[in-house]
Amino acid sequence: MSARDFLLPDVGEGLTEAEIVVWKVAVGDQVALNQPLIDIETAKATVELPSPYAGTVTKLYGAVGDVVEVGAPLIEIDVAGDAPAPAAAPPAAAGEGRTAVLVGYGVATDEGVPTRQHRRRGSTSAPAAPAAVVPVSTPTAPARAPRSTPPVRLYAKQHGLDIARIAGTGRDGLITRADVERAVAGAGTAPRAVVASTTSVTRFVGHELAPWSTGPREERIPVRGVLRSMAEAMTQSAFSAPHAAAWVRVDATKSVELLAGLKQRESLAGVRLSPLTLVALALCDAARHFPGINSSFDAANNEVIVRRSVALGIAADTPRGLIVPNIKDADTLDLVGMANALSALVDTARAGTTTPNAMMGTTLTITNVGPFGIDGAMPILPPGTSAILAVGQIAKAPWVVDDEVVVRHVVEIALSFDHRCIDGALASAVLAHVGRFLNDPAPALLAG
Amino acid sequence: MAIGFELKGESMSEIPLVQLLTPEGERVSHPDYDTSLGRDDIFAMWRDMTIIRRLCNEATSLQRQGQLALWAPLQGQEAAQIGAGRALAPNDFTFPSYREHGIAWCRGIPPENWLRMFRGVHHGGWDPQKYRHSVPTIVIGNQALNAVGYAMGVQRDGAEEATMVFFGDGATSEGDVNEAFVWAGSFDAPVVFFVQNNQWAISEPTIRQTKIPLYRRAEGFGFPGIRVDGNDVLAVYEVTRRALAHAREGGGPTLIEAFTYRMGAHTTSDDPTRYRIDAEVEAWKHRDPVERVKAYLVRQHQVPAASFDDVTEEANTLAAKLRDDVLSMPNPEPLSIFEHAYADVHPLIEEGKRDMVELGIAGGGH
Repeated sequence: MSARDFLLPDVGEGLTEAEIVVWKVAVGDQVALNQPLIDIETAKATVELPSPYAGTVTKLYGAVGDVVEVGAPLIEIDVAGDAPAPAAAPPAAAGEGRTAVLVGYGVATDEGVPTRQHRRRGSTSAPAAPAAVVPVSTPTAPARAPRSTPPVRLYAKQHGLDIARIAGTGRDGLITRADVERAVAGAGTAPRAVVASTTSVTRFVGHELAPWSTGPREERIPVRGVLRSMAEAMTQSAFSAPHAAAWVRVDATKSVELLAGLKQRESLAGVRLSPLTLVALALCDAARHFPGINSSFDAANNEVIVRRSVALGIAADTPRGLIVPNIKDADTLDLVGMANALSALVDTARAGTTTPNAMMGTTLTITNVGPFGIDGAMPILPPGTSAILAVGQIAKAPWVVDDEVVVRHVVEIALSFDHRCIDGALASAVLAHVGRFLNDPAPALLAG
Repeated sequence: MAIGFELKGESMSEIPLVQLLTPEGERVSHPDYDTSLGRDDIFAMWRDMTIIRRLCNEATSLQRQGQLALWAPLQGQEAAQIGAGRALAPNDFTFPSYREHGIAWCRGIPPENWLRMFRGVHHGGWDPQKYRHSVPTIVIGNQALNAVGYAMGVQRDGAEEATMVFFGDGATSEGDVNEAFVWAGSFDAPVVFFVQNNQWAISEPTIRQTKIPLYRRAEGFGFPGIRVDGNDVLAVYEVTRRALAHAREGGGPTLIEAFTYRMGAHTTSDDPTRYRIDAEVEAWKHRDPVERVKAYLVRQHQVPAASFDDVTEEANTLAAKLRDDVLSMPNPEPLSIFEHAYADVHPLIEEGKRDMVELGIAGGGH
């Protein structure tokens, strides 16, 4: 056995640390030289690190979200395993006992033993380790665990499924997302909204908090990364755009029935349809009818910019915090196109691989608070946009039809808007349009 | 060829661009430039481009693994560099920036030498006189002045040699490059200025740096400028070959603008997704400089798949050797930092050496 640690290098001239965004390998995996191991986020960029060795992964030293110092170990690889012969030699004799970072910056000691495990600053007790991470002290068994990728494992976990009980149909028995989805469907789990909560009670601003009883009396969490982006955007927007809001309750029974019917169709198998799909189509349709809503107030140039394409932002609750990636040209998508675009957006956001590019240029936004069991909200506008639609839960409620009280599926939708350029009349018209769409989606879908 | 963005009042797509091979790999003719390069020559250029792309990928991996401090990838600019590099005569002298790995390859410099500076074990990496290729210049545009000075020396020696200097679009905003243009124009220096316009000076687009196409700046300095499809190795080769001949024959300088695109990051320290859009990168993928040559060779010359596979294998072998060579590079002697600073003994350098020995940083007797 010849185990080698890959130490976090300084990949950007003067960096001192990086955050683990996603692991692309798990303990027990065979890796080839230069095979991608992990994505890390530094102060400068999100970077993929390729393996310096061919061999078997025996240890992961950190979990997603951990901040690792330059020079500390990331992963241990057994290069004497039954891996294919490496194309390259291990580091030369001169490299033995030397840190991998050779030039200039970031490493405190040349030959000292690097610290073993780095957690987020401020966290004083061990976070619950995700399934992929084997604690350092645990002896690693070469057992053939079912193969899967971290996003798929997380997806299974979110649905309360044990990944080991799911049969893999991918290459070499790999458990794919589709396998988990089939397992979810087979288990009779209720359909979930596309953007569902991934927040557990201990997750706060992207951090795993220790329980009330065992955590420190006071804890300080640095404002950076996703948290910092959220804080800056909300502050900028709240103190530059005068916010106003309007809301309406809608009988969405026909939407619920339509979705239930479409899900039975063979031709739509694998398409993740949800109420959010219809809301997204409704908002784009409203923009086509009332282009003024798809605008932004450019104070610097004393202009209002009206855009005739919708980059539809979706507020996504991810393990790393709130991010708002968008779907470019969302106004050109049909039902299936919108459903697929939303699925891709959510999968990417959950996997932590959303690019900055995907978050730029949003023109309209939807925040879906329904999955949290909430009726409504008055959201703050993402900077540079003039309207954001909040969608509450769809729940059965008493409703008056022809002077009779009946049970209907009811949803509340609310629109926050920038009152510098959007007045109450326009906001109300847009909101009513979205409401009519959800109240009776078929005509609008056929027209679109 | 449509290049999709606007200069002030002028569409880029209307600007004449020398092209002999389309992005789809079709040979097209040009009234002033044609090529007599045959199947074997063109295959050799495809081999060059494939190998430097593979070696560049290995260098990027080595940087991500902590074995290099920095790397400047050249992906997307293979044709610009191989076309120019293969047009050089053995005695011509070249001045690179820090991204000219393809020129270094053409000059016969062993690949591991390119990486020595990026690993921090050498100030340059090779003997400039041996390979007729100066050391990499990090200071933006500085080498343009060095090159014009060198070319003026060649002129005074009466030698029939050309000097070629490489820089990027960002360097054209520097005083050094503009001063070099003035001197070259005034003295008819036998120099070829080769600007690889890869559209981005780190995060600053070319369109914000110039109000006219870069090649047209030459006219104001009194020498010819020409724009060539920088992703077309045949066109770059022919345009460069003639500009070098023009310089050797006493015709004076030429500015060649190779219109190309940096597919990757400026260096391993930046993240291009923060300043440019995916659609732009996707558009340029369809103009890949390596694939179009392969398409041409397959269609026009029926080059068999095995020939391409052999080169890919060769490139992998070279990449593995490059990795081995880098990992076994010895650390330099501390006192070697003073070498090549001055040709003659210099009192301050001698004092520095003494200090290092006395402080125990370096052993004596060097």
